[in-house]
Amino acid sequence: MSQSVDAGADRRQIDISVPTRGRAPWGSRALKWLCWLAGAITMGVLLLIVSYILANGIPEFFFRDEEGVLRFKDQLFAVRYSSKNLSMFPAIINTLSMTGLSLLFSVPLGVGGGIYLAEYAKPNSKLVKVIRVTAETLAGIPSIIYALFGMLVFVVTLGLGISMVAGALTLGTMTLPMILRQTEESLLGVPMSYREGSYGLGAGKLRTTIRIVLPVAMPGILAAVLLSIGRISGETAALIFTSGTGTRIAGLNDSGRTLAVHLFKLQEEGRAVGASFAVAVVLLIIVVLMNALSAYVAKKLTTKG
Amino acid sequence: MRGLFLASACVCILAVGVICYFLFANGLPFFSQYSVVGFITGTEWAPLRGVFGILPMIVGSFVITLGALLLGAPIGVLTAVMMARFASGRVVRLMKPAVALLAGIPSVVYGFFGLMLLVPFTRNTLGGDGLSILVASVLLAIMILPTIIQTSQAAIEAVPDAYYEGSLALGATHESSVFRAVLPAARSGIISGIVLGVGRAIGETTAVLMVAGNQARLPTSLLKGVRTLTVNVLLEMGYAAELHRESLIATGVVLFIIIMAINFVFSFVNRRRVLQ
Repeated sequence: MSQSVDAGADRRQIDISVPTRGRAPWGSRALKWLCWLAGAITMGVLLLIVSYILANGIPEFFFRDEEGVLRFKDQLFAVRYSSKNLSMFPAIINTLSMTGLSLLFSVPLGVGGGIYLAEYAKPNSKLVKVIRVTAETLAGIPSIIYALFGMLVFVVTLGLGISMVAGALTLGTMTLPMILRQTEESLLGVPMSYREGSYGLGAGKLRTTIRIVLPVAMPGILAAVLLSIGRISGETAALIFTSGTGTRIAGLNDSGRTLAVHLFKLQEEGRAVGASFAVAVVLLIIVVLMNALSAYVAKKLTTKG
Repeated sequence: MRGLFLASACVCILAVGVICYFLFANGLPFFSQYSVVGFITGTEWAPLRGVFGILPMIVGSFVITLGALLLGAPIGVLTAVMMARFASGRVVRLMKPAVALLAGIPSVVYGFFGLMLLVPFTRNTLGGDGLSILVASVLLAIMILPTIIQTSQAAIEAVPDAYYEGSLALGATHESSVFRAVLPAARSGIISGIVLGVGRAIGETTAVLMVAGNQARLPTSLLKGVRTLTVNVLLEMGYAAELHRESLIATGVVLFIIIMAINFVFSFVNRRRVLQ
């Protein structure tokens, strides 16, 4: 293994030793270190972001009172937001209801559509191709275009006004392709024998799909739903002109800011950096939680199947 | 029930149709009052005076994306190679969720991170006010990393082992087998990952708005601020009216066409991969 990587093939000797043993040519070693360097940069960047947000954000939840005792800053979770307490509590509730409303729209449609693609459609029909292409297109559309779409269609044309419903319909459309595709893939992963066994026992198509196939595919679908929750709670651009920036706990027809929009507005208004860090911590925790849960249920799928 | 399932599958088609229709129906009327050429090649953006030139924003979008690509693509692809062919199972088990987390962090948090750390850092070390093309590119590079890594890694792992083993059998080292035999075979998958990254970078709004300075002028230096197409819409839609508002929707149309072109390239690369 003494010749350089760039040596011509004709001058290359056949070497049957395991190549990783001994001293590899410098070109090979350089490539290897370059790869490890890139991996280290990727991990380093993630660690930097997470630790920077946590290190600056977590102290913002506490303060020292007159006697120097460390106390929890419960004004950050006051029921009403004011420019004085900068409470994120209404935003947390709005994030929850926004997530619920969006999923109410995207989960039934996504799962239903996925069932059609996997169980009913002829695999190579024209319609299936069109559905696939449009789902891919939807997945690639940036959130600012969704913002325009939501504003023009739901807020103005359908007359919903700047409201939670308008925002939820916009985000529902945005998360639809992910749930659709994941449902289809999970269903296709269920072995044919399950269906055949069910048919053999006299069950019909629908019964087989709902009672036998869907439960087996459930972890995969759930993983997609959890990732969608992460996406919905982190979305800003698509919400600013659809569900708006209202600071109260919003009803269906009210404008209300989610946590991500709250962070964006705090920054835009140049308000307290500390409160912003605290919101960033909560957002980060939500995303970590959803990712972990999603990986956990996805793993359940692979160990079961 | 079959009909119900079919109907929900068709919602995707409906959604794309509605998005296209409303975008074009609300954006195109602008061009009956303002010339397309003047809009796309105009270098001045002064809505109050009725001057709408979005060339600075088009250039801004592409410059920032190019910067993100120059930084993010090599790091992303090499990280993918490392995860697929160099790292042990334990390291990969650690890195996979880390990359997924990188993909999940909301753009507003990225923007906030950039504003709090990268902007002051740039201001103090390189001068300028920190809100710059450079910071926006670095931030976008980080944001497109997971897209590039995940797609490239999948592509590299999909290459049949025979390629690698054949190269080893010819006496090549592990490294040159990976880079000379496996990587070329995974090329189209890697390229499609990079194209996806480009789409994400051009479409990113919130994070860019927070760190790019947003001046609507042609960029002259990496340390100067710049405005992208996406930012132009988000920044001014809140108070725009009449022709100004239409010009912003028209900006959205231009962005949409660019994204569609990128998607087309993506599916073209993908189709070639399937054919191979």
